[in-house]
Amino acid sequence: MASRKATAAKGKGRPAARVEKAQLELVQVEPAPARRGGARTTKAAPAAAPRRARARPEPEPELLPAIEPAAEAEEAPEAPKAPRRRATAEQMASKQREISISEFFTKNRHLLGFDNPSKALLTTIKEAVDNSLDACEEAGILPEITIEVRDLGLESTEAEEPAPKRAGGAVPPAPKAELTKGEGRFVVVIEDNGPGIVKAQAPKIFGKLLYGSKFHRLKQSRGQQGIGISAAAMYGQLTTGRPIRVTSRTGKGKPAHFFEIQIDTRKNNPVVTEDRQLDEWHQEHGTRVELEIVANWQAGQRFVNRYVEHTALSNPHATVHYLRPRQQLLTFPRATEELPKEAVEIKPHPHGVELGALMLMAAESKARDVRGFLQSGFSRVSGQVADEIVKRAAFKGRVRPRDLGEDRTLAEKLHRAIGATKIMNPPTNCLSPIGDELMKRGLISFLNVVETEGPEADEQLDLDQATKKKASRKEKAAKAAAPEVPDAPPEEGVEKIKGHNYFIATVTRPPKVYRGNPFQVEVGLAYGGSWPADKPIELFRFANRVPLLFQRGACGTTEAIVKTDWRNYLLSQPKGSLPVGPMALLVHIASVWVPFTSEAKEAVAHYPEIMREIQLAAQECGRKLAAHIRKKQHADYQAQRRGIFELYIQEVAQAIGKITGKSPEPIKREFLRLADRVTEAELAEVDAALEEQSKKLTKRPRRAENEDE
Amino acid sequence: MARLDAVSKQTAQKIEKLAETVVRSVKGGKNPFVEIPIRSLANVKFNEKRRLIELGSQRQKRYFFNVAMAKKFMQTFLVSDACKELIEGGKTTSIRDLYYITKHTIGDTKQNTFEEQDESDPIIEDLEVALDALREELHLFASRKGSMVGPITIRDTGDTIDLRRMGSGGWAVPSIVEENVIEFVRHEAKYILLIEKDAVWTRFNEDKFWKREKCIILQGGGQPPRGVRRLVQRLHSELKLPVYVLVDNDPWGFYIYSVMKQGSINLAYESMRMAVPDARFVGLSSFDKDKYKLPVNVAIRMDDGDNNRAKQMLAYPWFQAKQWQREIQEMVRSGLKFELEALSRRGISFITEEYLPRKLRDRDWLE
Repeated sequence: MASRKATAAKGKGRPAARVEKAQLELVQVEPAPARRGGARTTKAAPAAAPRRARARPEPEPELLPAIEPAAEAEEAPEAPKAPRRRATAEQMASKQREISISEFFTKNRHLLGFDNPSKALLTTIKEAVDNSLDACEEAGILPEITIEVRDLGLESTEAEEPAPKRAGGAVPPAPKAELTKGEGRFVVVIEDNGPGIVKAQAPKIFGKLLYGSKFHRLKQSRGQQGIGISAAAMYGQLTTGRPIRVTSRTGKGKPAHFFEIQIDTRKNNPVVTEDRQLDEWHQEHGTRVELEIVANWQAGQRFVNRYVEHTALSNPHATVHYLRPRQQLLTFPRATEELPKEAVEIKPHPHGVELGALMLMAAESKARDVRGFLQSGFSRVSGQVADEIVKRAAFKGRVRPRDLGEDRTLAEKLHRAIGATKIMNPPTNCLSPIGDELMKRGLISFLNVVETEGPEADEQLDLDQATKKKASRKEKAAKAAAPEVPDAPPEEGVEKIKGHNYFIATVTRPPKVYRGNPFQVEVGLAYGGSWPADKPIELFRFANRVPLLFQRGACGTTEAIVKTDWRNYLLSQPKGSLPVGPMALLVHIASVWVPFTSEAKEAVAHYPEIMREIQLAAQECGRKLAAHIRKKQHADYQAQRRGIFELYIQEVAQAIGKITGKSPEPIKREFLRLADRVTEAELAEVDAALEEQSKKLTKRPRRAENEDE
Repeated sequence: MARLDAVSKQTAQKIEKLAETVVRSVKGGKNPFVEIPIRSLANVKFNEKRRLIELGSQRQKRYFFNVAMAKKFMQTFLVSDACKELIEGGKTTSIRDLYYITKHTIGDTKQNTFEEQDESDPIIEDLEVALDALREELHLFASRKGSMVGPITIRDTGDTIDLRRMGSGGWAVPSIVEENVIEFVRHEAKYILLIEKDAVWTRFNEDKFWKREKCIILQGGGQPPRGVRRLVQRLHSELKLPVYVLVDNDPWGFYIYSVMKQGSINLAYESMRMAVPDARFVGLSSFDKDKYKLPVNVAIRMDDGDNNRAKQMLAYPWFQAKQWQREIQEMVRSGLKFELEALSRRGISFITEEYLPRKLRDRDWLE
C-alpha cells in the first residue's frame, strides 16, 4: 500500500491520455445531468463500470484494468483472420503508463464498498463515523455523533408545499411528498464533537486517497489505510458532481472553517473550491462532514440502521443521534461516561514475525548487533531474552543485522530461534477492548433501544428486526394463553429489559498474537427476551468496534462460531450452520492490525490464531449460557411443580378438612411449608440428571476439533 | 338397621383415619402418601386350594409430592370426602354420579379435578382396596344390568317380590344385593342357570324353562356386573344351589365363566364374595359342534384378537385343568367360534328343550 501511494504521487508529471482527460473534465462539470459520471466517460469500455457497480465484490486480482480492456476494444473491429502481429513492443510501451490510485479505485469502487447505491450509502456513513470516533478517542473526548440522512428528492417536492420542513428532529411532516424510491440523491451529514481538523490538513484528509495517520503505526484504530473518507468524497463527486463539504473547529475561541473539497482523481490531489471562515458555529470543537451522493435509501436503510445500532452497541461511551427522512430522531445514549482505555502504539512482537518481514526489518535496522536489533525492533525482548535467542540461533562468528537481511539461512536460524524461545505476550496496553462490563452495558442499552422501537416503525426498521418483532408478538400471544408462571428468582446475568428477561454473558480473552500483531477477542451474548427461538442466532461481528455487516459467510468470525459445537451449551445446531435459539452473539476482534479480506473491511481473514481465540471465547460464553439454560430449565420445572402442588394443595386441604372436620387453612399451610422442602430435595435429583445429560453431550466427539486436526 | 349404621360408621372412621394419617405425616415433615394394594396381574395369585383369584401383598404408595402422583392423590381425597358425605347422609349413588359430584375446575385454571369418568372409576376401586371397604359400604353402585326369574321369593328393601311373576322382562338385579337390601324368603329351585346374553335368557323365560326345570335363570348382559355375581354367589352359598353357566363358545364366553368361577383380576380383592368356585360350564363347548351337529356355516371364524386371547387363557393358572386345556386347544385348532344362537339352527327352542336338558342329564359340563 505504502509504495502504491508513492507511485500515485509520482504520476503527476506523466502525460495524460485522452480518455483520462475527458474523465477529469467531467468531474469539474456542473452536476445536473451527471449520473454515474464514471460510466459515461469510459468510452473504451462503455459497459464496464455499471456492470462492476452492480456485481458482487469478488476479489479482482488484475491490478491493471485500465490498459488491457482499452487495447482490446480498439483492436477488436479488425477481424482476427491471420495471425498477424498486432502491436509492437514499442507501440505497446507507448500505452503503458502509471495509473493513479484514485483512478484505479474509480473503476474498482466495489473494493472499497461502493458497489451499488445502497451499499455506498452505508459505506459513506461508516467511513465518516469511524473517523469521528477515532478522532474523539484519540483526543480523549466522549464522542457525541449525529448521523443524518436527507432525501433531496423528498425535500424538493416538499419545498413546493406551503410549509417546508427543516430536518431538525421534530415531528415528521405529513406524508404528502413521497420518499425517493430506489436510487436518488441524498445528503449524508456526520457531525461530531471531536478535536476538529487544522485548516491546512483538511484538504488532504478529505481530498487525497491513502492519506492518513493510521497506516504507518501499530495501534488499534477503526481506520487503517487512510482511504475511507476520501473514497466516499470521491464517490459523491463521481455520482453527483458535488464536492465534500467540511466544517471544522479545533477549539473554543478559534474560528470555524468551511471547505468544499474536490479530488483530482488523476493526480490524487485535493482541489479546494471554497474555503471560508464562519462567524459562528454551534460546536465548540468538532467536525461536520456533508456529502451529497447517489444512494438508495429504500434498499440501503436497513444496513444503515443496523450499522448505527451496532456502532452504539460496540461504543458504549458514545452518544449517537440518528436522523432519517420521515422518522423521529433516534438517540442511543451513552452507557458509560468512561472513555475506552487509550490504545498505545507498539513495536511488533517477535512471535509471528514472518521470515521475509524479519529480513526486511534486519536490513533496515540501525542496531550494531543482533541482540540490539531484537531489543530495539521488537516489543517484549529484554536483554536476557535477546541473549537467549542469540544463543539458540548459534551463529558462527559475528553476525550483524545487515547480514541477516542478506543471508537467508542466517535469518532462518534466527527465526527458528525466536519461535523456540518463550517470550512474554505483547504489551496489552496497545489494545483497547470494549471490556466485559461495558460490553454488557452496551448490550443492555442496545436491547433497550431495540425493544423500544415499536412495531409502528416496522416498515422503516431493519428487515431482520421486523421479523423479530412479529415473532415476538406471536410468542407473546402464546404466552398469554399459557398459565402465568411466577417470576423466577433473580439470577446473576439476567437483565429485565422492557419486560423481557435477557441473559447476558460476556468474555474478554487475554491478548494473543498473530503475525506479530497483538489481538484480543471478546464475545458477548444476549439470550432469551424477544429473540425468536426457532431461528438461527443473530451474529454481530465487530472489528475494532466497527460493525461488519457484509460478507458474513466469508468471515473468519462466522466460521469460528459455526465450528463451535453449541450443542454442548444446550442450543440446537444444524450441521455446518449457526446455532438455533433466541440469542444474539457479539464477536469483537480488537487488534493493532485487523486482517480484513478486502479494503472494504467486510470480513476478517481466517487466521487460525484468531479463529481459535474466537472459539475459546465462544466456548467460555457458552458454558455460562449452558449454566443459565440449565438453571432456567430448573426454574421452569420448579415453577411448574410449585404450580401443580399449589393447585392441588388447595383441593386436598379442603377435602381433608371436611373429612376430619377441621379447618382447611392450617392444613393448607402445613402442606405449603412442606412443599418448599420437598421441592428442593427433588430438584437436586433433577439437577443431577440434567448435569449427567450435558456431560453425555460433551463427551460426544466434536466435529469442529476433528476438522481442525 | 342398627347393623347398617355400624358398618357405615366403621367405613366413615376408616376414611377419617386415612385423612388423619396424611395430616400427621405433613405435620411431621414427611411426604404424605396413601398405600394402595396393586390391582394388576402381577399382584394376583390363584389360590389353588380355595380355587379363587386373590390379591397379592404388593402395595403401592401414592405420594402427594410427586408430579406424577399428585393429581391422583388429590382425586383420592375428593372421592373419600364425597363418599363420607354419602355415608353420613345415608344416601347411595352411582359411580357416574360420584364423578359429577367430585368434578370441578381447579382454581383459576382450565384444569378439572376429573376430566373423564374413566379417571374417577379407578380411584374408587383404589379407595375400596386402600380402605378395605366394599363399594357398597362406600354407598356406591355401578350401573345396573342383569335380570332374573325363577321359583323364588325375595325381599328387596322391604318389598316382597315373587320372581315367578315377573312377566317377560324379569326382575332387574340391583347393583347392591347385600343382606341388608336383598333377603331370600323362600324358594323351590334346584339350581341356578347364569346365561351370558339377554336374548338367550329371553328364550328361556318365554319357554318357561325355569318353571319346568325348577331353576333360577339370570343374565348379566355379557360380563355380569357385581350385583349379578354377588347375587349368584349368595344364592349358591346361602341356598346351597349348584350354579351352571351358559355362554358362547368363544374366549370371551370362557372368560365370563372364569370370572364367575374364580373372580377377576381387577376385583381380585372381592373374589371371596363374588366367585363361585363350584360353578359348572355347561356350554357352549368346543366339542358341541360335533355332538349337536352344528353346521360350519353357523360358526364364526376366530380373528387374531380371539386367538391371542385364547392363548393367553391357556396360560392362566386357573385354566390348567386337563379338560380346559383340551377345550381351549380345540377352539384354537378349529379356528371357529359359536354363539349360543347358533343352536337355533336346530330349532328355535332346541336350546331349552333338547340341548340343555341333555347336557344336564348327561352331566356333560366342565368344572
